[in-house]
Amino acid sequence: MLNQLTISELTAKLVKREASAREATQACLDQIQRVDGQIHAFLSHDAADALAQADAIDKAIAGGASLTEHPLLGVPIGIKDVLAVKGQPLNCASKILGKFISPYDATVIQKLRAAGAVVFGRLNMDEFAMGSSTENSAFGVTRNPWDTARIPGGSSGGSAAAVAADECIATLGTDTGGSIRQPAALCGCVGLKPTYGRVSRYGLVAFASSLDQIGPFTKDVRDTATLLEVMSGVDHRDSTSVPQPVPHYAAGLTGGIKGLKIGLPKEYMVGGLAPEVNQAVQEAVKQLQKLGAEVVEISLPHTDYAVATYYIIATAEASANLARFDGIRYGARVDGDDPISLYGNTRGAGFGPEVKRRIILGTYVLSSGYYDAYYLRAQKVRTLIRQDFLKAFEKVDVIVTPTTPTPAFKIGEKSDDPLQMYLSDIFTISCNLAGICGLSLPCGFTADPKLPIGLQLLGKPFGEETLLKVAHAYEQSTPWHQEKPAIKT
Amino acid sequence: MAATDIDVKYVAHLARITLSPAEEQKIGAQLGNILGYIEKLRELDVSQVEPTAHAVPLINVMRPDEVRPSLSNEEALRNAPAKANGLFLVPKIVE
Repeated sequence: MLNQLTISELTAKLVKREASAREATQACLDQIQRVDGQIHAFLSHDAADALAQADAIDKAIAGGASLTEHPLLGVPIGIKDVLAVKGQPLNCASKILGKFISPYDATVIQKLRAAGAVVFGRLNMDEFAMGSSTENSAFGVTRNPWDTARIPGGSSGGSAAAVAADECIATLGTDTGGSIRQPAALCGCVGLKPTYGRVSRYGLVAFASSLDQIGPFTKDVRDTATLLEVMSGVDHRDSTSVPQPVPHYAAGLTGGIKGLKIGLPKEYMVGGLAPEVNQAVQEAVKQLQKLGAEVVEISLPHTDYAVATYYIIATAEASANLARFDGIRYGARVDGDDPISLYGNTRGAGFGPEVKRRIILGTYVLSSGYYDAYYLRAQKVRTLIRQDFLKAFEKVDVIVTPTTPTPAFKIGEKSDDPLQMYLSDIFTISCNLAGICGLSLPCGFTADPKLPIGLQLLGKPFGEETLLKVAHAYEQSTPWHQEKPAIKT
Repeated sequence: MAATDIDVKYVAHLARITLSPAEEQKIGAQLGNILGYIEKLRELDVSQVEPTAHAVPLINVMRPDEVRPSLSNEEALRNAPAKANGLFLVPKIVE
């Protein structure tokens, strides 16, 4: 079935005319029809618009369009509900945006379209990307395709579940503290958070501007390379995008990792790690050694401070970014007697509990009398965390860790305890604070129930080529990426 | 300061979020817990450390100050909850 293919498999078929883009899009729509009642990865999707895009691509293929110019020719790609797609709804899985329709395409969406992709669907997420389980969506939880009693991870839970359930060939998500890598690990797909500045964020609804990045979810590492190459590059509409040349990532997947140095941070292999996760990661390290990599123990001494640092910086930035949702210019409005009560009523009714909690925390750490004690101190600890990584990367090419301390937990298990939920991001958060790149890929399964386990690879700033090379070598020498969940319908 | 001292009602007002009394109580307890955890940053001596605002060494990204195409008035107002005569409608501010 076409919806089960990877980007490279599907595009090869399309250019050989063994299938049409319309058939590929229809196969994804059929799969959504079949399984999404169970999974709820999609908040909505515009089938007519997707098929019209596919028809246009079929015409382009008939006219001789090539993969060299359009590497995503005819590939259906789902979009997290935080990125602007012209003429489509944009809600950030929140009630506060009301019936918002995007007036323009995000830069990454323009790039996908230019590469020939069929851009469709609004994928579920934690409201405003705040959460680790997709339980904070205002429109219902997404379920993990491997076990529908469990969370898919978050905040990009819909993006991960849609790829794992073959409802799309690939998807886009965003990662502020692990929101791509953690759900990719828990759903058994490949997810990449690019280096800060690698991908333009124009058209992304901002959560924490010094941490947010957009990245791909795919079924294998080659597809991540292909998609990253399309998405990357400087953009005059995002002044934080970096004018660094974009390598041919897919062409760099040559297989050999002999002599590469891989760092194992001793601070990451300690308490709270589920035994099966620990074992799978140890096996993966052995596999990398077999492939010729040299494993070195390293230290990231400020690891233990990352979660606290993150929840000051991210909430402070969120409290400023989310001030724009005021009930005046767009979205839902709840009236009041004066503008101040209109703001308060609109935001009190429109935001969910986690978003309120984080805005209030962020307002508090920035408020007069507390700024130095919390926000400024956190920015200084952030410097120490970043220095830890830059020092480690003087000795090693890539750092290997578990992506998450445990496999997917049950729906409801942590939803009443925000601090426990925050601590589940312990391995992914530092990467955003340091501004480096990180990737998660499958490295095994738990026995009963069978749940995916993720291996995290962290790379130098703009070191995506090396990261992808190591991930590809590991993936091609192990069977994990070929496993599919059995979804009851 | 004691972490649990957070005046949720006051901070929620600063953030322009109207909370119910039940929400105030719940958020107050949860934030007390989170702030207690965050206190661990005090263990570190950061007196000699420069703060990091973001991780990319870019400064002063400039562009020419030229008029470029942008959203039309109609498009900019399309998502507004209340509008009239090509403008956003807001409650009365001055009596």
